[in-house]
Amino acid sequence: MIRRGQPVAVPWTALLWLGLIVASVILAEHAKDLSRAWDARWLMKVPSELRIPLKAEVSAFMAWLVEDVRFGPVAFTDITRGMAWLVEQPYDFARALLQSGLTRGQGEGAEQVAPPLSWIAVIAAVVAMGHYARSWTLAAFVGACFLYLAVFGQWDSAMVTLASITIAVPIGVAGGLVLGIAGWRWRAVDAVLRPVLDLMQTVPIFAYLVPILFLFGFGPVAALIATVIYAMPPMVRITTLALRGVPAEIRGFAVMAGCTPSQQLWKVLVPSAMPSLMVGVNQVIMLSLNMVIIASMIGAGGLGFDVLSALRRLDIGAGLEAGLAIVVLAIALDRLSQAFANRPSPTHASQHLPFVRRHPWSLTVALVILGTALLGLVMPAVQSYPDGLTLTTGRFWSDVVETINVRYFDQLEAVKTFMLLNILIPVKRVLLGLPWPWVIGLVTLAGWQLGGWRLALLCFGLSGFLAVNGLWDDAMTTVYLCGVSVAIAGLIGIPLGILATTGSRMGRVIAAVIDTLQTLPSFVYLIPVVMLFRVGDFAAMIAVVLYALAPAVRYTAHGIQAISPQLIEAGIAAGCTRWQLLTRIRLPLALPDIMLGINQTIMLALSMLVITALVGTRDLGQEVYIALTKADTGRGIVAGLGVAAIAIIADRLIAAGAQRARRRLGLAG
Amino acid sequence: MTLKRMLGATTALALGLGVAAAPAAWAAGSDDPIKLTLHDWTGQHITTRIMGSVLQEAGYNIEYVQADYLAQFAGLKTGDLHVAMEIWETTGREAMDEATATGTVENLGETGMIAIEEWWYPSYVKELCPGLPDWQALNDCAEVFAVPETMPNGRYLGAPVTWGGFDEERVEALELDYEVVHAGTDAALFAELESAYQRKAPILMWVYAPHWAPLKFDGEWIEFPEYTKECYDDPSWGSNPDMAYDCGKPTGPIWKVAWSGVKDTWPGAYETIKNFTISNDAMGAMISAVDLDGQSTEDVVAQWMADNEATWSAWIVE
Repeated sequence: MIRRGQPVAVPWTALLWLGLIVASVILAEHAKDLSRAWDARWLMKVPSELRIPLKAEVSAFMAWLVEDVRFGPVAFTDITRGMAWLVEQPYDFARALLQSGLTRGQGEGAEQVAPPLSWIAVIAAVVAMGHYARSWTLAAFVGACFLYLAVFGQWDSAMVTLASITIAVPIGVAGGLVLGIAGWRWRAVDAVLRPVLDLMQTVPIFAYLVPILFLFGFGPVAALIATVIYAMPPMVRITTLALRGVPAEIRGFAVMAGCTPSQQLWKVLVPSAMPSLMVGVNQVIMLSLNMVIIASMIGAGGLGFDVLSALRRLDIGAGLEAGLAIVVLAIALDRLSQAFANRPSPTHASQHLPFVRRHPWSLTVALVILGTALLGLVMPAVQSYPDGLTLTTGRFWSDVVETINVRYFDQLEAVKTFMLLNILIPVKRVLLGLPWPWVIGLVTLAGWQLGGWRLALLCFGLSGFLAVNGLWDDAMTTVYLCGVSVAIAGLIGIPLGILATTGSRMGRVIAAVIDTLQTLPSFVYLIPVVMLFRVGDFAAMIAVVLYALAPAVRYTAHGIQAISPQLIEAGIAAGCTRWQLLTRIRLPLALPDIMLGINQTIMLALSMLVITALVGTRDLGQEVYIALTKADTGRGIVAGLGVAAIAIIADRLIAAGAQRARRRLGLAG
Repeated sequence: MTLKRMLGATTALALGLGVAAAPAAWAAGSDDPIKLTLHDWTGQHITTRIMGSVLQEAGYNIEYVQADYLAQFAGLKTGDLHVAMEIWETTGREAMDEATATGTVENLGETGMIAIEEWWYPSYVKELCPGLPDWQALNDCAEVFAVPETMPNGRYLGAPVTWGGFDEERVEALELDYEVVHAGTDAALFAELESAYQRKAPILMWVYAPHWAPLKFDGEWIEFPEYTKECYDDPSWGSNPDMAYDCGKPTGPIWKVAWSGVKDTWPGAYETIKNFTISNDAMGAMISAVDLDGQSTEDVVAQWMADNEATWSAWIVE
């Protein structure tokens, strides 16, 4: 019955929304005049009686937490400082091993007792790991990645960054795994975790940077902790999902084989969920490297600092080289970790071989480490890559940008003006022209239609939060900038995703481009973009689109690849053309995945806001940034929560929509 | 997050002694390094490394820590960081005042450098707008500086919103036909200048000194009615009887600040830092040596130390 009713229901809601959109556009044109004519200014501007002084309360709470909270003789900050100290020990060790060497004393007066691992030793180690994990091809690939770091003179900074990543990623993965398992085992934990994870992912780091610095001290450890907060949520989510996705039969086997609960979990469930878990590990690595720039602002140093200071003096080439070093590091680590996860388990026969035959690689690497350390004492080139042999692209990239700038500026300007006048400015005018009660009403209605009264209530509450905290105009600017960027990212990303499924070589090329775009610090391309398009919304939009493109491509490709081949066969048998196969079978069936991709695109677009604030947009990101400069903790956190509110509304609406689409297509769950 | 913190807190408590030992690691003694902060612009690196070198000559152990200009105050308040050599009156005043009001951060006086900031244009624009640098010529040239989004008004590229500067007010008070567009960062600001300069396109923007930009690019400051205190405070002053800000911008000192514990922990260093001064010209020469001639900051600082021994040895207080 329901199935037969649906084809009628869909056009009805579609018509309703079409009508509402047209009404909104007309309303936006005239709302300001109307509110003036009716003497109802409250329609356009949230009246002050409705405002709540949340900012001041948050500031007071943070001050209390940092200064006054005590458990007996131990202050809260002592505990957090203690935690920081615990994290600092392995970090110091990793850094000593990779970059600074063992030292005695502190600061500039410190003497080196033992040198760090030589560059040859580090490269030998990663090559060995690559071969051990998969093949000589992988070994050559990671070796080349690390060689890039040495040849382009990024070695020292890259090792500082690597040291913090080797600490942050395991903490993020382990913490994510534990929380994810807790969320899988206890529904209540899951219910608490979900909103917390949303906040961890969407509240911009600048919003809580200052309290973190107070609690954990100024330096690499605070940066590590901020990195973990940002990078861990996908791991938690994926762990819970992956464990739920393990077929009931497998659990049944484990129970029948007499496993204890912990054996069930660690010996059966986690290994069978491994492929999905590795997606989480990939995300932790990528997101940790994303934080490198912000981490460098609070004392982590490394590649992020090089990028910032190069671009500060407009040295585009140096900025790009340091930025690419981050990409190279990310891709090498990712490929290595993926290979380790997929490695076939060792065969039993090899266990009877003598020690040397069983561990040829560990021994070789140990020999190289020892050999280069000794040789390095007499030949400095063995210890650290000689400066004279480093390459640099020098002014090449600056010249490229200059050429484009001088020759093609008029054409670029024409494109920009067209986009601004026909898309960006009209959308902005509509969104900023709408009365706030109308928007809250629309969002609530959408929630009710897609997910019932609970979702409606959530949407109402969150959009109300924006209004009562006096963030309405900033929030609408945010919605406008992110909305337009996400639409464009979708228009580019979905076709790219389809293209990526047409052949494995094409897929690999697109995947490499996407990985690069996601890990290349946006600062690197922000400066050339500003040079070509000037400060303003258009430059911000380009930066957001470039960064947020990745999930639209990935999820589309994934959705299309996941379609069961029988359905395609059936289509071919029924005589579909390629175009019909795409539009009638592939795309509709991949729709739920595509919607999740768009969802992630929105999240990434929102997380770029802080960066776009740096080119002068006037949205919530700018509000967070201003709060940071004025040392106003409460203002920053409230604006950060505003970003999270928009993110959560978008996420829940799209998830509900994808759920409905899936049900309509008769797909599981 | 709260849950995680609580879990973490219990673990930390369980570790008992380990926690109690931790604070000692960051309570500084006089052999501990004095931590000076480095930000992301050359001039500040030079100032800081000169100060660092002088302190080293005086026998102190020092350490350079990379820190964000504004985020560093959190570290200065808790004593995680000790000395910041350049807080600009124009861009850091509010954060500095907020920090010194807590009593944990102390202002150690001026560096001797004076920040100049004003509307600025590249010299080649003068051909299109011969009346410059007088501000009254600006309205005749509004179209020269206009872009499609601001037509028919001219476009003035201002500094990040957080730097203040009262440019919107100035435009209104002096009845200028201009729209103020804010860059988000210093890097974006000068990226636009570089771009315009390459194309020899007109641009009117906020430039400040000491900085490499006015050294690299040939240009002039707009001459507004000279700043006085009354101009900002008293609407009746100046050409517009109803509005303040009908004049140019004030120049402002660049300050040195430190964690308040520096005074007791390293009394000699405290006095030495207070004595540090350098002039705009000396700084400008060093900045251009690094940013325009490509020398390393360390070499330029070492050269200055060698040439000016008499100056810096007078700063040192035992």
